[in-house]
Amino acid sequence: MHTTRNVTVNGGPVPLTGVAPHTSALDLLRSQGLLGAKEGCAEGECGACAVLVARPGVAAETEWTAINACLVPAADLADQEVRTVEGLGTPGDLHPVQAELAGRGGSQCGYCTPGFVCSMAAEYYRPDRGEHFDLHALSGNLCRCTGYRPIRDAAQALGQPPAADALVARCAQAPPTLSSLEQGAFLRPVTLEAALRLLAERDDLTVVAGSTDLGVDVNLKGFRPAALLSIAHLDELRTFSVSGEAVEIGAALTLSEAERRLGDTVPLLSRLIPQFASRLIRNSATFGGSLGTASPIGDLAPVLLALDATLVLASARGTREVPVRDYFTGYRTSVRSRDEIIAALRIPLPAPAHVAFQKIAKRKFDDISSVAVAIAIDVEGGVVSRARIGLGGIAATPIRALATEATLIDRPWNRETIEAAAPVLAGEGTPMSDHRASSAYRSAMLGEALRRFGAEEMLEVS
Amino acid sequence: MTVGRSVAHESAALHVTGTALYTDDLVHRTAHVLHAYPVSAPHAHALVTRLDVTPAHRIDGVVRVLTAADVPGVNDAGVKHDEPLFPTEIMFRGHAVCWVLGETLEAARLGAAAVVVDYQELPAVITVPDAIAAGSYQGNTLLLERGAPDFERCDRVFEGEFEFAGQEHFYLETHCSLALVDEAGQVFVQASTQHPSETQEIVAHVLGLSSHEVTVQCLRMGGGFGGKEMQPHGLAAIAALGATLTGRPVRLRLNRAQDMAMTGKRHGFHASWRVGFSGDGDLLALEATLTSDGGWSLDLSEPVLSRALCHIDNAYWIPDIRVTGRVARTHKTSQTAFRGFGGPQGMLVIEDILGRCAPRLGIAPEDLRRRNFYREGQDTPYGQPVRHAERLGRTWQQALATSRWHERQRDVAVFNATHEHRKRALAITPVKFGISFNFTAFNQAGALVHVYKDGSVLINHGGTEMGQGLHTKMLQIAATALGLPLSRVRLAPTRTDKVPNTSATAASSGTDLNGGAVKNACEQILARMEGVPGDTWEQRVSNAYFGRVQLSAAGYYRTEGIHWDAMAMRGNPFKYFVYGVAVAEAEVDAFSGAYEIRRVDIVHDVGDSISPLIDIGQVEGGFLQGLGWLTLEDLRWHEEDGRLLTGGASTYKIPSFSEMPAEFNVGFLQQATEDGVVHGSKAVGEPPFMLAFSVREALRQAVSAFGPGDAPVDLPSPATPEQVYWAIRATAARTADVRLTTMS
Repeated sequence: MHTTRNVTVNGGPVPLTGVAPHTSALDLLRSQGLLGAKEGCAEGECGACAVLVARPGVAAETEWTAINACLVPAADLADQEVRTVEGLGTPGDLHPVQAELAGRGGSQCGYCTPGFVCSMAAEYYRPDRGEHFDLHALSGNLCRCTGYRPIRDAAQALGQPPAADALVARCAQAPPTLSSLEQGAFLRPVTLEAALRLLAERDDLTVVAGSTDLGVDVNLKGFRPAALLSIAHLDELRTFSVSGEAVEIGAALTLSEAERRLGDTVPLLSRLIPQFASRLIRNSATFGGSLGTASPIGDLAPVLLALDATLVLASARGTREVPVRDYFTGYRTSVRSRDEIIAALRIPLPAPAHVAFQKIAKRKFDDISSVAVAIAIDVEGGVVSRARIGLGGIAATPIRALATEATLIDRPWNRETIEAAAPVLAGEGTPMSDHRASSAYRSAMLGEALRRFGAEEMLEVS
Repeated sequence: MTVGRSVAHESAALHVTGTALYTDDLVHRTAHVLHAYPVSAPHAHALVTRLDVTPAHRIDGVVRVLTAADVPGVNDAGVKHDEPLFPTEIMFRGHAVCWVLGETLEAARLGAAAVVVDYQELPAVITVPDAIAAGSYQGNTLLLERGAPDFERCDRVFEGEFEFAGQEHFYLETHCSLALVDEAGQVFVQASTQHPSETQEIVAHVLGLSSHEVTVQCLRMGGGFGGKEMQPHGLAAIAALGATLTGRPVRLRLNRAQDMAMTGKRHGFHASWRVGFSGDGDLLALEATLTSDGGWSLDLSEPVLSRALCHIDNAYWIPDIRVTGRVARTHKTSQTAFRGFGGPQGMLVIEDILGRCAPRLGIAPEDLRRRNFYREGQDTPYGQPVRHAERLGRTWQQALATSRWHERQRDVAVFNATHEHRKRALAITPVKFGISFNFTAFNQAGALVHVYKDGSVLINHGGTEMGQGLHTKMLQIAATALGLPLSRVRLAPTRTDKVPNTSATAASSGTDLNGGAVKNACEQILARMEGVPGDTWEQRVSNAYFGRVQLSAAGYYRTEGIHWDAMAMRGNPFKYFVYGVAVAEAEVDAFSGAYEIRRVDIVHDVGDSISPLIDIGQVEGGFLQGLGWLTLEDLRWHEEDGRLLTGGASTYKIPSFSEMPAEFNVGFLQQATEDGVVHGSKAVGEPPFMLAFSVREALRQAVSAFGPGDAPVDLPSPATPEQVYWAIRATAARTADVRLTTMS
């Protein structure tokens, strides 16, 4: 890459010279002697590499957001502001987060600790946090030594940051302005039009938004993109609007941003998002990225299927709308053509009232689903008037449980109907056996999902 | 006196500010470093028929490819001489054929990809049942025997089989070594190793050098858990070989995928057993065969197996017992030490037996366990008196009280009576764990203490710091011995040229051994300073110097009163036993088998705690790691091609915040001073790991609650939600059978 751009790290400039498209932010920081952030897994699962970046905020002009530095391309840090664990405090002058962790036995081997400090600091500084510390902020950080209890206690002992704190003061200022980079192997135009033009002109570009998937391919599979087209910052892709007919979510909003903006506008989404990977991942991962990879095991697609959502695809040729149910064509393939970008997704309103998102996984936080089931039904006069069930993890693509939906529709909403439909749901798809689960368990979980939904929703609906 | 006080980890301020350095951080402070990358074999078992490294040299930045031909000394990475450093026979998938050195990691990686290797594939044995069927074993068969199990005399006899999984260490810091050759040809290796002296020995024998030409240093490790006891040696030797051949520093760091694919793990086991009880539930006889999955080479498999056999009794008196142990050879990573070192595996067998048999005997599991506790005067099957057996009962009582056991049992019954799809259970399990290396010679340690003229103190000892707080305790012991505040004592990194011939920091023994040595060194200096005048420490030190009193001492400690006949499996291998009891409450969901651990209460015997904050951390951390092993961590290999299917953080799940018990109380056993150990303390690293059996038994009992009341439940390990779900289905099916039987 040929650029003389800088990234501001802990208040000082760091030049981005000699950075390849596959160079991670973590590599860059460590090459600068900032050794606090560590590589623990290189796939965004352990959080040892977490650092803070100043991003456009939801509850303030700017917010300090924790991200996995191992996944983000270093080049994408151009013009951005990063705060590492070294920039929070020093051994002689500990930051409150550092003091609480150190004093309570929150570190043992200490290797994961800088990552925990950064994740904890991000929540500490979240402007709309109130008095409560949300432990989900730490769901993307693994510790093998402590058993987490002292880390929890440290988090819960934190008070509010003083107003004079420099990082608090920074939140009142505008976020960094990212200017256009349009040369070499890393391209970051500032308009959607320019991005689409580049995509139309060049066939060597890999589109990247949050890089939570691309980073894994780079780190673990040796993927070396010829050139990257970064789109996560584009204003046109970061829109959010609610009208009488639909919610439209810009494809480059991160899941964390969408979670906070949505509130409970779409109950099924607000049930899904806290179960989607970890906060660290959700801080970078975008809706568009999640659908762009067309993975059969992502948790988002089943929910969007159940919500009858549509995707807006944009290219230099124009835009088109594709229902999510028509989007996937096979294992990791979709109708999106090479020159198209997912611009937004639209979810029709009113959103269904009776919903469930059931994620079956070995671990509750930050695990990939063996099976994901999204259920949305409407009941009128005790009869199922509309049923949508989206399934993940049981076929080459996310699918709708059409046979089950047909079994439910126009039937009274009661135990008999559910018991009749549960075996039908258990027969949907073609689940495989793998290291996550057996095919028998996957199938069983489909039927059980409906039974659980019935058990939990029956009273409320009737 | 700082011993007995809660103090933060000595490096806590460095940890939280990112300034604590680990081996790979040193790379950034070293100029002209080369990076090593392995050429990994894609077969579980194969012969290397051709190795052509020349294409690697066409890659920009490749400096050298290390092969067997480069080894000046012994081409072996182990102490058993069964681990060729550069193999001609591939013994597991991911086995490194050779290593490429590059100016950058990227160059080395691309160079490794360019190396051409031809293989002749051979049949592979992957699973333990396959190894048993094929008679594929290695090392000695062990027999632990007392009396003669006579099942004719038992009122109730049960038998079963149990195959359970191993565990990946998943230390957050993967294996790493940085080697360089200094001005006099001295090889200096910084490594993430629990056993610097053995790393030094292996590096020396690979390089054909004497030990005094090799120095190994370990600043600290980002976790070890046993995974860095033997496994670092070969990797350090590769780095050292590269450094001697190129004259440049060489860094070898495994990434997570390589670390998981290439390095050893906790042994999975297969157990077949037969057990006899009296009508009242007294254990009378046990016969068992344990087969551990050793992987491709012996490594520490024999001592691990030995400890498994020595812990199959856990806390229980079993008058007649015969246990056979053997190590299967499979085409997998060479399994190794892991917190508990076979103890967990042995104890899991008996706890599983009791958990499965209790309903069949019609006895509450807690009563079955309690009635079989060792009593004062009884011996273990290997002939060691169970010292302080009364502590078992005391610990148990204290745990019942602090957990409000009886009251909560009633709460659980009420909950279960009113919830169709969710059931809860409380379970209580004990731990008795022997402390000392079974291998008697390892029970010694050295230390080096310097008092400088200004009165400041520098200590050095043979133990390594991997997060367990050993260095913190050593500082407390030195400060207390010398009557100084902690701030006057500093600790220097572990190095083989400071303290030689050290034992691995393992077997929970770090504090007992090194603490003894540090204290001894301090006492030597104090003895020499006796009668030296002065109002303050500083004055006395100054006067001592001018009076030509030696202010530096090498301390030494060895554990007295232990002996072990490894072949006969008889003796007194342990200095003492650590006791602990845990009460766990689990809630299980019938729809998915998912569960949560609502509350855990632990009472643990640490003797007189040297450092309570550190000890509580060890108990909590050990417990959660044990919980991970038993419930979540699902080590899966492809049964034909030998691939590790759960070979990364996205597929192998260690406990996260979501597995932490919602309420987690840890207390220490009262009146627990241990004689003859430094400051009356007890080892704490490993024993708490096995307190997690309480969680497994709580899950079993919660599953049982979906049945007719006391349904026997067989539970695989790990008890993942899927396994719990199938256990619930089996219990429900049994309930249906019971109903049918009742009707007919």
